[in-house]
Amino acid sequence: MDIASTYGLPEIALQLLVGLSRSMILFIIAAGLSLILGVLRVPNIAHGSLYMIGAFAAYTVNTVIGGAAGFWLSLILAPLFVALLSLIAERALFCHLYEREHLMLLLFTFALMLILGDMVKLFWGVDYKSVTAPNVLKGALMIFGLPFPRYNLFLLIIGPIVGFGLWLFVSKTRIGKISKAASVDRMMVGALGINVSWVFCTAFVIGCFLAGLGGALVAPTMGITLGMDHTIIMEAFLIVVIGGLGNIWGALVGALIFGITHSVGVMLLPQFAIIFPYLAVVIVLIIWPRGLLKSVW
Amino acid sequence: METLMFKGMIHKKTALALVAILLVMLILPHMIPRFYVYLIASILVMALLAMSLNLVVGFGGLFQFHHGVFFGVGAYAVALLLTKTTLPKWICFISAPFVAALAGLIIGLICIRLSKLYFAMIQISLGSLVWALAFRWYGFTGGDDGIHGIPMPAAVSGVSNSYYFILIIFVLCIIALFFILKSPFGSTLQAARDNAQRCEAIGVFVKRHQLFGIIIASFFAGVAGVLFVVLEGSVFPDLLFWVLSLEILIMCLLGGWFTFAGPMIGAALMLSLRTFIGIHTEYWTLILGIILALLIFFLPQGVWGYFQEKWKLRKEAVAERER
Repeated sequence: MDIASTYGLPEIALQLLVGLSRSMILFIIAAGLSLILGVLRVPNIAHGSLYMIGAFAAYTVNTVIGGAAGFWLSLILAPLFVALLSLIAERALFCHLYEREHLMLLLFTFALMLILGDMVKLFWGVDYKSVTAPNVLKGALMIFGLPFPRYNLFLLIIGPIVGFGLWLFVSKTRIGKISKAASVDRMMVGALGINVSWVFCTAFVIGCFLAGLGGALVAPTMGITLGMDHTIIMEAFLIVVIGGLGNIWGALVGALIFGITHSVGVMLLPQFAIIFPYLAVVIVLIIWPRGLLKSVW
Repeated sequence: METLMFKGMIHKKTALALVAILLVMLILPHMIPRFYVYLIASILVMALLAMSLNLVVGFGGLFQFHHGVFFGVGAYAVALLLTKTTLPKWICFISAPFVAALAGLIIGLICIRLSKLYFAMIQISLGSLVWALAFRWYGFTGGDDGIHGIPMPAAVSGVSNSYYFILIIFVLCIIALFFILKSPFGSTLQAARDNAQRCEAIGVFVKRHQLFGIIIASFFAGVAGVLFVVLEGSVFPDLLFWVLSLEILIMCLLGGWFTFAGPMIGAALMLSLRTFIGIHTEYWTLILGIILALLIFFLPQGVWGYFQEKWKLRKEAVAERER
């Protein structure tokens, strides 16, 4: 391989760090999807649309409030807006459909994706939008004598925080434990006198909150545009599958594989970098057809 | 012999109606504006694609979520053969569906070990691989620009000529699909869908049948891809993207999974909706999404499936009265 000739060790390490920080966003989104898949058994294709709405909402908060305060507030308000939207969707639509076949649910969420995509077009228009990070997160730090964007460092910090929070929710709170039980045997949980419907609702809203958070976090790193939902949802689904359906740590492992193979691809064959993660997914699924970690399905 | 073959397969009235429809479609290009001829031709292409998918989804019970890949491979194969090689054109046309079938064999072999959602997911990741390749390989596939202005033989160029070509191939393929479904192979496929375990128990190699189903379906998807190139004269990576695959799946759902003609009707409904709502508003996907959501809520067996059920009930009621 000719990596060594064009890239020194620091460059490789830095490229991997960039991949790692991208993994963090993927992890946040995929963890939400995985939670919904595990607890509700809904393959939610509209998850990508919620991510897109999160990014657009972050843009709106940033333009209305402005400055550093606008950015930090957008990280809270945009996901909350998405969560509110998903609460309405869950109570009005999804809670009537849980007993349907997966195929039907999948197509239903696809219909929802079409609706949400056009809603975004209706409210925000078709132009590119962009968000600038506050000064603290602008520019680059020197790592190994090479510049590393501060925003990526910020992502590397926020990813584990979100993961820790999610772990606290699932394994330490009452509702988290119930939702874990419901994902294994929802009939039994219902028979114990627990209102499963609300447990499902909570899990769904939290999952969607994460999608919104992912959107708000990604906003300063790229152009916010229609159609950003199409690629992310596919990536998130594949991450969830290689990690093991419904397993949040699987989502982390999958996201790491996805992000790192992508940055390896950037170093080896920049033109075909996007092929590498898909190739990794295929290889993982051929060897471990049910995903790397234990699936709740 | 001929009548014996058809006996019990098609009702006499239905056969007459089909012949009448075919005759109308043959004289149609002389009576309606070119735009509508084009619309009908594109409906026929999508209808063939949707019906090939339904062979494995509706009748095979497989989660074939990335059927668009075989359509795209067929289209890209014929486009690349026509533009990059000097082979006789008819060889290009004939070999493209076989390329798609080969893709079906390779992807099918990897997917078939898994079932349900896992099957779907590995197929989507393999399909995305093909998509990413076509999307980025500027030197070979033209990247995200695709290939435009593909030279067509005179016999199939122009809206009217391509319409007739598409119609003939479409009818042939539909007849072939019909007989495949009525053959012992088709029955076995359906039996495996309904109860795979019992099928295994009586000595049917279920997975092999399903793999054959996938190969046949991807062959016909490849034919649809060739027809698409005949009609449009161009290919682009969106043909391989997962969104198209879900759209075809929705055509099947819209028309009805478990009926033969359903996907055809679904394709016609979807493309007409897109065209006619698209004239009035740019938010046609919003309306399509709402219609779909309503359909899934209230009519899960599809439009055609719903009417079939109604007819069956009425027939039974009539039979009851006569008794």
